[in-house]
Amino acid sequence: MGTTFFQRADYVAITPEVVLALFGLGILLIDFLIEEKRDKYLNAVTALIGLAMAFVQLLRFWRGTLLPMPYSGFGGTLVLDSFAIYFQSLIVVATAVVVLISAKYLEIEEAHFGEYYALLLFSAVGMMFMASGRDLIVLFIALELMALCEYVLTGFLRGDRRSNEAAMKFFLLGAFSSGLLLYGMSLLYGLSGSTNLAVIAERLADRPAGDPLSWMAMTTLLAGLFFKVAAVPFHQWTPDAYEGAPTSITAFISVAPKAASFAILLRILMAGLWPMREDWKLLTIGVAVATMTLGNLAAITQTNIKRFFGYSTISHVGYLLLGLIAAADGNPEGLTAIAIYLLVYTFMNLGAFAVIIMMRRQNLIGDEIDDLSGLMTRAPGLAILMLIFLLSLAGIPPTAGFIGKYFIFLSLIQTQHYVLAVVAVLYAVVALYYYFRIVVAMFMKNPLDSVPLATSTGLSVALGVTLTLTLVVGVYPQPFILFAREAVRPFFSF
Amino acid sequence: MTLLQIAFFFLSALALASAILVITRRNAVHSVIWLIVTLFSVGGIFLLLHAEFLFAVQVILYVGGIMVLFLFVVMLVNLDVAVKQAQFSRQWQLALATAIILMAELAYGIYRGHQGFTLAQTSAVPPTIGNTQAVALALYQDYMLPVEIASVLLLVAMVGAVVMAKRKLE
Amino acid sequence: MAEHALQFLQANPLTYAVVKILIVFAVLSGLVAYLVYMERKVLAFMQARLGPMRVGPWGLLQPVADGIKLLLKEDIIPEGADRWVFLIAPAISVAAAFTCFAVVPFAGNFFVTDVNIGLLFILAVSSLGIYGIILGGWASNSHYPLLGALRSSAQLVSYEVAAGMAIVGVLLVSNSLSMVEIVKRQQEMGLWNVLVQPVACIIYVIAAVAETNRNPFDLPEAESELTAGFHTEYSGFRFALYFLAEYTNMVLVSCIAVTLFFGGWLRPFQSVRALDFLNYMPPVGLLGGAVFVFLLGRHNRVPMERVFFIGLAVVLVLLAGLVAIPVVLNAVQGIFWFTVKVLAFLYAFIWYRATFPRYRYDQLMNVGWRVMIPLALANLIVTAVLRYFLSSHGSASPAARLIGF
Repeated sequence: MGTTFFQRADYVAITPEVVLALFGLGILLIDFLIEEKRDKYLNAVTALIGLAMAFVQLLRFWRGTLLPMPYSGFGGTLVLDSFAIYFQSLIVVATAVVVLISAKYLEIEEAHFGEYYALLLFSAVGMMFMASGRDLIVLFIALELMALCEYVLTGFLRGDRRSNEAAMKFFLLGAFSSGLLLYGMSLLYGLSGSTNLAVIAERLADRPAGDPLSWMAMTTLLAGLFFKVAAVPFHQWTPDAYEGAPTSITAFISVAPKAASFAILLRILMAGLWPMREDWKLLTIGVAVATMTLGNLAAITQTNIKRFFGYSTISHVGYLLLGLIAAADGNPEGLTAIAIYLLVYTFMNLGAFAVIIMMRRQNLIGDEIDDLSGLMTRAPGLAILMLIFLLSLAGIPPTAGFIGKYFIFLSLIQTQHYVLAVVAVLYAVVALYYYFRIVVAMFMKNPLDSVPLATSTGLSVALGVTLTLTLVVGVYPQPFILFAREAVRPFFSF
Repeated sequence: MTLLQIAFFFLSALALASAILVITRRNAVHSVIWLIVTLFSVGGIFLLLHAEFLFAVQVILYVGGIMVLFLFVVMLVNLDVAVKQAQFSRQWQLALATAIILMAELAYGIYRGHQGFTLAQTSAVPPTIGNTQAVALALYQDYMLPVEIASVLLLVAMVGAVVMAKRKLE
Repeated sequence: MAEHALQFLQANPLTYAVVKILIVFAVLSGLVAYLVYMERKVLAFMQARLGPMRVGPWGLLQPVADGIKLLLKEDIIPEGADRWVFLIAPAISVAAAFTCFAVVPFAGNFFVTDVNIGLLFILAVSSLGIYGIILGGWASNSHYPLLGALRSSAQLVSYEVAAGMAIVGVLLVSNSLSMVEIVKRQQEMGLWNVLVQPVACIIYVIAAVAETNRNPFDLPEAESELTAGFHTEYSGFRFALYFLAEYTNMVLVSCIAVTLFFGGWLRPFQSVRALDFLNYMPPVGLLGGAVFVFLLGRHNRVPMERVFFIGLAVVLVLLAGLVAIPVVLNAVQGIFWFTVKVLAFLYAFIWYRATFPRYRYDQLMNVGWRVMIPLALANLIVTAVLRYFLSSHGSASPAARLIGF
């Protein structure tokens, strides 16, 4: 009690988040002092420094030099294990890439304000706690922190009606889904008398099979979480939000919050609702198949590239959920597949968006697929890069995307879900078709305009990073697979 | 039925009835008034459970703070126009049916499984440690981390409101 | 007989409570009526006028006349008004104002109830009073009341924040939300909170003036701009209710300020033995009052009034004699000091009105948000930090240490 309730180590365990929050506050202050518009890049640089510091701290955690791993802090509300660190690192790096691709774009949109970077950092703080929380309340508040930042960032271009509309839709539906999530959480609390996931798992194991109450708690909880990962039938917000948001934010919400939402989904399902795995497996199968179907089929007809990527994201979520089905059968490879898939998805998607963002230049909005027409003749290097990212998204070897899909299929086959594996492979073929629509536009059509592309150092660095990772993971996946295996070990050590 | 039970059922009925009135009134100010009544009744239920602190916070924050701002905004809306507009979307029958089915399901589930709830027993005598102290201990010891995260959350809400509302940045 | 009554009341707590509520209600209503009289008189003297003189000796019956007039006037409901809201709004104001007195400790031995969230209760219930204003203004279906209501709610919400944070400062020093405990704490410390929390006190008093819509913060009723603000369309009894609520709120904030910062029912310098003779202030004060009334009324030209004043002086002398009995003296000690302090506050309210010009609206908001709230926050942080360091170094009474070095 009293002053000795928390250890010094507890505070060490949250240093990355604290650093990011402090840098966020710092940016808000620095932004006041900046007078020249071109100096706004200072905000981006500050954000990058903060992210780098957080990343270094995470590496030290991973090596286990600072704290014994896994470390459970703040009275058990937080757990710092390899799973948390893996996802936190992914989030930090993804946020850093988004910062890199944002600066030039925001300048063109005339919305280069410090608040943007501060909100990105605060959002990262929320996402990191989503990965490390082990208590329903921590998880929920962290999720809301992330979501609130997303809403604001989606509506950041206030002069743009699409941006406003997207923010409004996103906010209303998001608030509704949070309500569902909270309802599920309150039922779980009622059933277990605790908000701690470990205690909840114990109590749920005591419940009789087919208990309507725990089933209800699980369903509402999952409905809320499926909304956050944009799984069918809770996906409707995705294309609208993606289309209306600033392109850099579309890139952001298509990767980092997905990773964080999957972290929270895995944490709750594997640690808290593990006794009910048969129930949620059934639910997940239905949702995963529906998600893959809708995502892949709807993507075919899109003409707006941001909407297109919205549906592409949904289809990827479908694949990711398949890994969960294998995990429910006690196969660790299913979770490994999710971890590695999220890693490669993050970078290939960010890479693709880095290319798309260059299309926003001077007076051109550049978010139609036709805007990419003839990219090969105008900027061959960029067209090749985009080709690589698209191949990776479609899952063609030797790119990273293949490794992700490969592990998902592998885990399904290991757990004898042959039908699901076949369906997944068939949809991969469909995916190849619609990704190649873009390739066709880039390589076969003639350019529509001759306005130069908006390039910048940040974008080049971002492209470099994403390209390297996309190729390296594809060609030499071994170390990354080891990381991912290590990351999911906490769930299978009991 | 004890006095406590009567009070509970009265407050619950009041909360539910006024909540329904909130969404069925055409006049937005009336809706807000009924929402105030709802929140107040919920506060009363807190009081019945010896959660005085929650009651006070409920009244100060929701009734006395947030709803005043609601009224403030609603009063500035042109009500004559709002009254003429369609109150519900065209699918309201479908929505109502869905809501009723969902509610029936939930009610059935809770009815079937309600023995499973691990509920804190309300004692006849108020707990020795004051409710306010109990809340403080919970917030600043057991749930210290969420409170800290919530502070960032509130900051984001504030920054977000400024970003969205400022007429022209710079 | 008195003992029997006391025993009966102790055996029936519900009846006892009802009796206490009735007493408080009756005294407050009377006090409010004469507060208006006092305001008119004091303002008049400050402006070198006489004030009400016609009804009764020195206009003493003026409040009664006013009351009868308001009760008999027609209760007009404007056309297009939202009938039910219009009718209920003034009642909300009055109910909220009076309910708060449930937790005000008038003396160590006289308060309606003492709950462990007393302070929060007052904050909660008094924040409901604003609905009376805002709904009344809206329901009138008229421009001036609507604008008045909007101004009023903006003002109240803004200053409530500052007042709330100032109160938290007191809370940190006294470790309790119970009003009775807060006074007892000041007794233990031997210091009034105004010395421990001077900044909080100033902030609270200013915010209190603003929250009661009094000068210099009476923008919601600024005659030159808004006629009579939110109650422009009200007449008769309902107007009287608003009037009652407004002055009750004045008394309420004075009571809170006295309880939180000025030692509640405690005698000044309670801990100084040398000043114990102050315990005899109640009879002495009454005697002084008697002398004052006598000197005032002695030369009155109207015989009836001369008789009245001399009679009043005699009654006061008799009362002084009664109070001088040790048992009675002990019983009324608390009430006496509490009343004196509250009256001093009320006098100050009137004094402000005669002294300060009205703020402009933007100035009002600037003062509220840019000065009061930051200041209250700073006070809160400083108090919390000091409190942490002082209490972790083994001092039983951090506030005493605060002043001690």
